[in-house]
Amino acid sequence: MPTARLILDDGTIFEGDSFGAATSQAGEVVFNTAMTGYTESLSDPSYAGQILTMTWPLVGNYGVPPHRKRNGFAEFFESDRIWVRGLVVSEYSEKYSHWNAVESLSEWLIRENVPAIAGIDTRALTKRLREKGTMLGKLIVAGKEPDFYDPGKENLIAQCSCSHIEEFSLENEEEILPQARAYYRPERKPRIVLVDCGAKNNILRSLIFRGATVIRVPWNFDYTTLDYDGVMVSNGPGDPAWAEETVEILRKAMERNKPIFGICMGNQILARAAGATTFRLRYGHRGHNQPVILAGTHQTWITSQNHGYAVDPLRLNDAWEPSYRNLNDGTCEGIRHRTKPFFSVQFHPEASGGPRDSGVLFDLFIKKVRDHDQL
Amino acid sequence: MNTHGIRKVLLLGSGALKIGEAGEFDYSGSQALKALREEGIQTVLINPNIATVQTSQDVADTVYFLPVTPEFVTQVLEKERPDGILLAFGGQTALNCGVALHEQGVLDRFGVRVLGTPVQAIMDTEDRDLFNRKLSEIDVKTIQSEAVTTVEDACRAAREVGYPVIVRAAYTLGGQGSGFCDDEEELVQRATNALAYSPQILVEKSLRGWKEIEYEVVRDRHDNCITVCNMENFDPLGIHTGESIVVAPSQTLTDSEYHHLRELAIRIVRHIGIVGECNVQYALDPHSEDYRVIEVNARLSRSSALASKATGYPLAFVAAKLGLGYGLHELKNAVTQSTCAFFEPALDYCVVKIPRWDLSKFKGVSRQIGSSMKSVGEVMAIGRSFEEALQKGLRMIGQGMHGFVANHELSWENLEDALIHPTDSRIFALARAFHEGYSVEQLHEWTKIDAWFLEKLRSIYQIHRQLEEYERLAEVPDELLGTAKRKGFSDFQIGRLVTHSQIDPEEAMLAARRERKKRKIVPVVKQIDTLAAEFPAKTNYLYLTYHGSEHDVEFPRDRRGVVVLGSGAYRIGSSVEFDWCCVGAMKTLRKEGFRGIMINCNPETVSTDYDMCDRLYFDELSLEAVLDITELESPRGVVVSTGGQIPNNLAMRLHAQHVPILGTTPESIDNAEDRHLFSSLCDSLGVDQPRWKELTSLEEIYAFADEVGFPLMVRPSYVLSGAAMNVVSNRSELEHFLTLAANVSQKHPVVVSEFIVDAKEIEFDAVANRGEIVAYAISEHVEFAGVHSGDATIVFPPQKLYVETIRRIKKIARKIAQALDISGPFNMQLLARDNDIKVIECNLRASRSFPFVSKVLRIDLIELATRVILGLPVEKPNRSAFDLDYVGIKAPQFSFSRLAKADPVLGVEMASTGEVGCIGEDFYEAILKSMLATGYRLPEQKRILLSSGPMKSKVEMLPTCRQLVEDGFTLYATRGTAAYLLEQGVAVQAVGWPEEMKNEKLSLPEKEASQSSLLLNALDLIQHQKVDLVVNIPKNLSTSELSNDYYIRRSAIDYNIPLLTNVRLANSFLQAVCRWNHGAKLEIKSWEEY
Repeated sequence: MPTARLILDDGTIFEGDSFGAATSQAGEVVFNTAMTGYTESLSDPSYAGQILTMTWPLVGNYGVPPHRKRNGFAEFFESDRIWVRGLVVSEYSEKYSHWNAVESLSEWLIRENVPAIAGIDTRALTKRLREKGTMLGKLIVAGKEPDFYDPGKENLIAQCSCSHIEEFSLENEEEILPQARAYYRPERKPRIVLVDCGAKNNILRSLIFRGATVIRVPWNFDYTTLDYDGVMVSNGPGDPAWAEETVEILRKAMERNKPIFGICMGNQILARAAGATTFRLRYGHRGHNQPVILAGTHQTWITSQNHGYAVDPLRLNDAWEPSYRNLNDGTCEGIRHRTKPFFSVQFHPEASGGPRDSGVLFDLFIKKVRDHDQL
Repeated sequence: MNTHGIRKVLLLGSGALKIGEAGEFDYSGSQALKALREEGIQTVLINPNIATVQTSQDVADTVYFLPVTPEFVTQVLEKERPDGILLAFGGQTALNCGVALHEQGVLDRFGVRVLGTPVQAIMDTEDRDLFNRKLSEIDVKTIQSEAVTTVEDACRAAREVGYPVIVRAAYTLGGQGSGFCDDEEELVQRATNALAYSPQILVEKSLRGWKEIEYEVVRDRHDNCITVCNMENFDPLGIHTGESIVVAPSQTLTDSEYHHLRELAIRIVRHIGIVGECNVQYALDPHSEDYRVIEVNARLSRSSALASKATGYPLAFVAAKLGLGYGLHELKNAVTQSTCAFFEPALDYCVVKIPRWDLSKFKGVSRQIGSSMKSVGEVMAIGRSFEEALQKGLRMIGQGMHGFVANHELSWENLEDALIHPTDSRIFALARAFHEGYSVEQLHEWTKIDAWFLEKLRSIYQIHRQLEEYERLAEVPDELLGTAKRKGFSDFQIGRLVTHSQIDPEEAMLAARRERKKRKIVPVVKQIDTLAAEFPAKTNYLYLTYHGSEHDVEFPRDRRGVVVLGSGAYRIGSSVEFDWCCVGAMKTLRKEGFRGIMINCNPETVSTDYDMCDRLYFDELSLEAVLDITELESPRGVVVSTGGQIPNNLAMRLHAQHVPILGTTPESIDNAEDRHLFSSLCDSLGVDQPRWKELTSLEEIYAFADEVGFPLMVRPSYVLSGAAMNVVSNRSELEHFLTLAANVSQKHPVVVSEFIVDAKEIEFDAVANRGEIVAYAISEHVEFAGVHSGDATIVFPPQKLYVETIRRIKKIARKIAQALDISGPFNMQLLARDNDIKVIECNLRASRSFPFVSKVLRIDLIELATRVILGLPVEKPNRSAFDLDYVGIKAPQFSFSRLAKADPVLGVEMASTGEVGCIGEDFYEAILKSMLATGYRLPEQKRILLSSGPMKSKVEMLPTCRQLVEDGFTLYATRGTAAYLLEQGVAVQAVGWPEEMKNEKLSLPEKEASQSSLLLNALDLIQHQKVDLVVNIPKNLSTSELSNDYYIRRSAIDYNIPLLTNVRLANSFLQAVCRWNHGAKLEIKSWEEY
């Protein structure tokens, strides 16, 4: 007997088996085409408000790693909790096997009170989402059936952001990445403000493992008076229109001319600060195989992506230009200032999960920070 | 764009199929040629493998059926003067040849540009020392190893890294000569052996038990890289990837592990400077993220063919374009046609590759699998769960297994041992172990297979137990039935388990089928689209799964669909030739406006290229799957005559389920297949057959033997051990064989047939239309009857048949074609002695020799046959078309060097893994070319070791020996042969038999000096490479125990010295050598020029 149901707002019902918490949840139903990385996806704040469908059919194989902290934050996760409102897979692997696993995916979902459904035709569901665009849905397992919930109607960024300022740096300096050793000087670590719109921990990791000190601040905190060398605007969930406060603060920061790097939501925020508009994609880019090309070059990267909104570069100020372009659908994948050290990308150079091709952007950012202040 | 201004390109093929280098290179080469021709580039192909698709009309502009060796390629380069050469599409053969041409300065001399990966990069990956150094430059870890050139250094290196060690030979195919050594004794043996093949070997620390992971990486000249696919070996390190079950994508790797290895792969490929495709293999520690790079293959490989099929990404096609200077972002995604080739496929299904072994075909070979490859083919299964794909795959390999469970029980003397020391049937030993109650933990400890895989296997076993609890199909709950189907259980398995084998298996299978259909448990058809449904894709690449609620495609009821059944896994006896037939049939029927639907499951084929058909079902060639597909597609009919024996065997069963079979009727097929029916047909037509009887008691067998005399061929229907077929020469051998190998009873009859010696064997390949022969080709074997037709050297047109023999054969063929009302291809094997003709076999399907005779004749028999099958008008080719003034010879390729200890002797069981076909002005030129193409070498040292066997062969070889000596050859012979030759006045040096090997303290020159006392042993000559050809004719046809002869033959193989074991072939080859010695030329002529 089916123990869980997924109901879409067009009336479609998928029946399957529950393998998560005995609760029901509503959210926006999206799909991700990655073949690995469920622990990273589930703990990625950008998925807040969403019911995540994995197109890769076998999930749970390598279990869930320990929830220990390192350098002041979760070592193996992108945040301290699961952000998705529900998980949809074709087949859940009850038995897992991995040296670093301490529990099963099911155990983790139950502890975090997140429902999950297995045993449905996720390809059929994906095709429906692809044809009709992202839809609202409910994952019904037990308890009261919730109403449909549209996460676009809430400021998810505020929900995902941290509540106070906190500073991070690498505890063991021997672990500095090899490529960062060339420019790392322990006596003068660059101080990077990380504007947390729902930041993935790997952005934090990518910075501190390159020798930076990171000052993580809430999304609406005015950091322009702080002592810093560069600004990193993070990824985050939902519609960038909710981040007007962040945009305003960023405009102020731009006047200080210190290097700025935006990722995903950070790209949209920087673009809005530079005069561009953002719009909702039909069904977003979620996966580990999104190809991008750097304008005017033959340089391409396979990137990890997770966003439902994109930048329309047409109305960018003249001082700005689009940098990367998506090779699948031609959408804007990044912008940069023509003269100042401001740049951002729609994809995730920090990966986790996904390919690490574009991780070099962090090196570029740190180098810009160093060059700018002659650190 | 084609930035290098290339107008003409030479592509090197891989030659005959051999273990480690099989059909995958036909696929790669065909794709590359397609990519080049699309650019308007003129293409020249050298490949002696005449059965391939790439050597067909309209694939390359010019085809040379010549050996892929530096000598021949140099001459072709000189003649054709291409601008570019492609080395990466013909396996190790082409790569090695290319490196040699580069080193000899030939490529520079003719100004030929190597397209794609530069030769230096290839050399950096092939030479282990260079390779390790290169990777350490970019902080990538390789396996700690030392390259050595002597056995002494190997021992020292092993002591340094500590045992166990692995020995690897550089520059060889699929790990030839490689293996694990636990101590010095094993090392000495293996190192000696490996150094015979390779100037350099590697000794390295063994990482047995680590995970083995592969990445297929593509890089363009702009330094853009993608990894198209990663794959995880089910079997841990220690088992060659060609011997392992492989899963794509990896299943037990976290995102961090996956992308760590991916990042390294890209770093490596950039540093080496690959342009095109490359494969990176890793060992991954199962207890940390530690890794080692095992090797990098700077060319298309078996894995890349698998990755192409697993993902839908055409690696070879793209690699060829990159070689011309394109960037990945400038090429289209072949599946979507809208996005570009710079992307990484996202799979939403699981792929399992399973190797196919044929070890029982070889005498003396070990069934253990390890670090060198023994498998002869593979299948790929697709499902939306591992269990579904795995069980499909285990059926697809075609060795009578029905999946992981519900098989005829195999038995193991020591199950634990069978699990620790893997053999070709370890997967079934695991099923047995679950039955005996072993835990996953215990099995993991023994096998080192990741517990995730073992748990999945256990879940299959548990469903099997649940099904067994029922007595009737109707009682099985929907949920269990559905779960069983989703876990890959076939109707056959379900039927067998629930009915407890109490009813006929076919009936049980059909009952299970009816039951599940009644409950609407049916498979859905899903597309392989490279992007997990993210974008719409018009892909025609399909598979069946039970994990789904809707079909991805619609089924036009236009009755224009025609299903062609492929040939399944390559195996001994069925390989690329049937792929050629299927591709040919598909081309013809599509040209005629039919919708071509292909079903096949072999990733090494061209027929499973989705460009070749309108719909490709990459799925099982089982009754169940074909019924599922035909019920959905409602085709006009099914073609069963181009894919070899598997489709042929399905004909009657499909017919019984009312599936329309096109061409010759299933009843006729049955009349030819059924031994009794066919015999009575022959009797009624007055066609002679060798006498045979199906017998159920020993008394009957002995009586039959008395009646027809020896030798006899004995085929038990139930085999206890050893080979299924044997030839016995006398009563005691017969008794010995029957008591040892066969169980004779009413239930297990034995077929005993007259074995005719000294008879010519003849192949008759033809196409008939409503019983009338439209076109035919008669070819003769060089060897006398007794050598399996697949191992024989075949001459077409026949050079030594009487006109009367030919007339009689045609007459017989006409009678049979008419009686069976054949419409389509067919083949007969006949024996001829003094114009006395007997029919051995008749197959109402295309045969192994169809591509060979079609290409030599330049009449495409498959095209004709397909037209007949479709009911289209056909014209008989002009009579003069059959009158050729050149000769084609098809020669077998053996892979004995891969099969440690196998006796390289030919018999009634087929042993060759591939074949070539070359054309010459006369018989001798053709035989020399074809044998050089299968690895024989001209005896440049002019030193030959002979043991010519029975007196008859000695006499037969005498004139040739005399000629050789006159031509300045030095002959060595074992005692009997030497005595005979000396008596006949032929100068020869006698040598001792292997068992007389003694006086080890004497050096070779000392032994040579004291020839009179026979101190010099046959093995000395072989081990010191003092001879460049060994002729060893076995005394009789029966298999004997390990003997002197065996040691000579086996050493010749182990020390890589060409070996001939058939007197007629040896004579032909040596006569050709004499002519060549007298200046006869080997013409460099393309197919078109004949």
